[in-house]
Amino acid sequence: MKFMVIVKATPESEAGTPGSAGASAAMKKFNRELIAAGIVKEGGGLAPSSKGMRVHFAGESRSVTDGPFTETKELIAGFWIWECKSREEALEWAKKCPNPMDGPSDIEIREFHRVPYLPEYKSEYIAT
Amino acid sequence: MKFMVIVKASPESEAGKMPSTELLAAMGKYNEELVKAGIMQDGAGLHPSSRGARVRFAGKNRSVIDGPFAETKELIAGYWIWECKSLAEAIDWLKKCPNPMESDSEIEIRQIFTSEDFGEALTPELREQEDRTRAMAEKNKK
Amino acid sequence: MIASLMMGRGRRNEEGGGGGGTSVAATHRAIEAVWRIESAKIIAVLARMLRDVGSAEELAQDVLVTAMEQWPQKGVPDNPAAWLTAAAKNRALDQLRHRSLLITKHQELGVEMEVRQELADAAQAEKLERIDEDIDDDLLRLIFTACHPVLSSEARVALTLKLLGGLTTDEIARAFLMSEPTVAQRIVRAKRTLTEARVPFELPKGEDRAARLASVLEVLYLIFNEGYAATAGVDWMRPALCEEAQRLGRILAGLMPNEPEVHGLLALMEIQASRAAARLGPKGEPILLLEQNRARWDHLLINRGLAALARAESLGALGPYALQASIAACHARAAQADATDWPRIAALYDALAQLTPSPVIELNRAVAVAMAYGPAAGLEIVDALLEEPALKNYHLLPSVRGDFLFKLGRMTEAGAEFERAAGLTRNARERSLLLERALDCTRALPPG
Repeated sequence: MKFMVIVKATPESEAGTPGSAGASAAMKKFNRELIAAGIVKEGGGLAPSSKGMRVHFAGESRSVTDGPFTETKELIAGFWIWECKSREEALEWAKKCPNPMDGPSDIEIREFHRVPYLPEYKSEYIAT
Repeated sequence: MKFMVIVKASPESEAGKMPSTELLAAMGKYNEELVKAGIMQDGAGLHPSSRGARVRFAGKNRSVIDGPFAETKELIAGYWIWECKSLAEAIDWLKKCPNPMESDSEIEIRQIFTSEDFGEALTPELREQEDRTRAMAEKNKK
Repeated sequence: MIASLMMGRGRRNEEGGGGGGTSVAATHRAIEAVWRIESAKIIAVLARMLRDVGSAEELAQDVLVTAMEQWPQKGVPDNPAAWLTAAAKNRALDQLRHRSLLITKHQELGVEMEVRQELADAAQAEKLERIDEDIDDDLLRLIFTACHPVLSSEARVALTLKLLGGLTTDEIARAFLMSEPTVAQRIVRAKRTLTEARVPFELPKGEDRAARLASVLEVLYLIFNEGYAATAGVDWMRPALCEEAQRLGRILAGLMPNEPEVHGLLALMEIQASRAAARLGPKGEPILLLEQNRARWDHLLINRGLAALARAESLGALGPYALQASIAACHARAAQADATDWPRIAALYDALAQLTPSPVIELNRAVAVAMAYGPAAGLEIVDALLEEPALKNYHLLPSVRGDFLFKLGRMTEAGAEFERAAGLTRNARERSLLLERALDCTRALPPG
């Protein structure tokens, strides 16, 4: 099962202070454990929203707004993509994670939509 | 430059509502164009937060809260990862996107600025090698 | 639903999921999750202490049972991994002491010394924090042991999934469409075979190493193909095998970063898996690679696969897995089917045929050559395969030949080949497609 593991933004991460969200030695160690377990497929830290933008869709019209965006709770600071056997496994890994921020923080786990594998027979040119 | 293009949640996405066939077709076509342009690196939709969970970090404490989460504005419904030459290029592409929701919606673009080498991520050196191999292959093409 | 929009699909995935349930059930699920994360390492460390994989696995299983019994009442420990590891090591020490006592009874001095040394080592290990590298070595030893060539392929697969995948016997059985008792027996016998053959819990060295590694890679690819080509059953365990094979491949790549074929196999699996969502149409009908909607290919997996391939290339000459991955990569890099680098694919099949010659590879090479240089060139290669005993009842041979003849305008012959192919395939859908093509040949003939 594939999960997006979302590090929610905090005033810290939005301020872009170095050493926040991802840089710490403990976090590097955790990432190495994820790699060693073979479950992490991708991950990254996002630049603060001051460097981001939003596009608003209303019918056919598109309007663009520059960051920063003031509602920190609506923002994300980083992410991973994990492949775990179950939701519980993803939770157990998340519990092992060092606090991604200096202060209190949240990590949100959301499951990917996957197109189910359906039974089929093997017949492709080229065989691979 | 690598960007995360974040589709913010809406009441429909949180309700798990299926989009219309027209919208599905339009999005399908848009995704094809992203692939053809070589921009598409990844993209997917997420199940509503009712199937999600949050882990709260406070000091040494870890507490788990099951979804759903009431504040839709704090949620995301899906994402893309795009490789573009600039933020301006990404915005241009994004404006071409069909409205992903029935109602008004919002998509946010943020640059991915740190990325560990998660085993098989294309580091700059590997990407360079990839490009060289591809260039050689181009030359050898009949 | 946003997912369908993101990838232009019209289907909703109906998986069960979510938390809740009784407290005991929830704790059990949490324990299973922790077990899945930690069990391979625990078994690996125990196997080193006890010098036997069978005892290690049984002992680990006992610890799991204890946790399942105690934790619902006492609560899950703050560091469940540490609890399980400590409990397992303590039991191993008990077992070693017990062995030591038995030996003293029988006064076998030589063996006694060895066991006392083991005890001392184990006690020392207890005091020191095992450093990560040591655990890595143990894990690698476990992988090699589970894939030992003294075991049959089926036994290696079952043992690998049990010891390294942390799958239950039931899950393995469901994945391979077998009964649980059959799988349980297979695992018991496998462990016994390892003990009786006195397979040492060591890393292979020297000449042995290449063959042993080939055995490991073969097991992983077997597991992958079982999940990828799942021909029956919609049980979620079957496609999960694909993911498990990739995960084990990634672990192996981390433990053996300088082995090119490890990265080659990983690349092959990831690139093949990237096409999974595009292989079936809306009615469940199979879609050939060249006709697949490439927007449905998983580009995350493609990028990962290409990076793994680059790593394999940087480590030396390409082996068979890396070559197959290179072929898959040619397709993956083409944004559209008509952008495919066919000459490169043909050259890669050439190289593959030299390393691991086989009629099927030659047939694939013919297809690539035809795409690159025209049907006549492909026909030449196929004609040389007509007497191949291995391909006598292989429907793709006349199917491919028919395609070349069709493109060369030799309609009567093409029609005959398609009909022959239709007669050879057991798949109803494929048969009707081939008969359709035979009909096209007849229609293309001038009247009279």
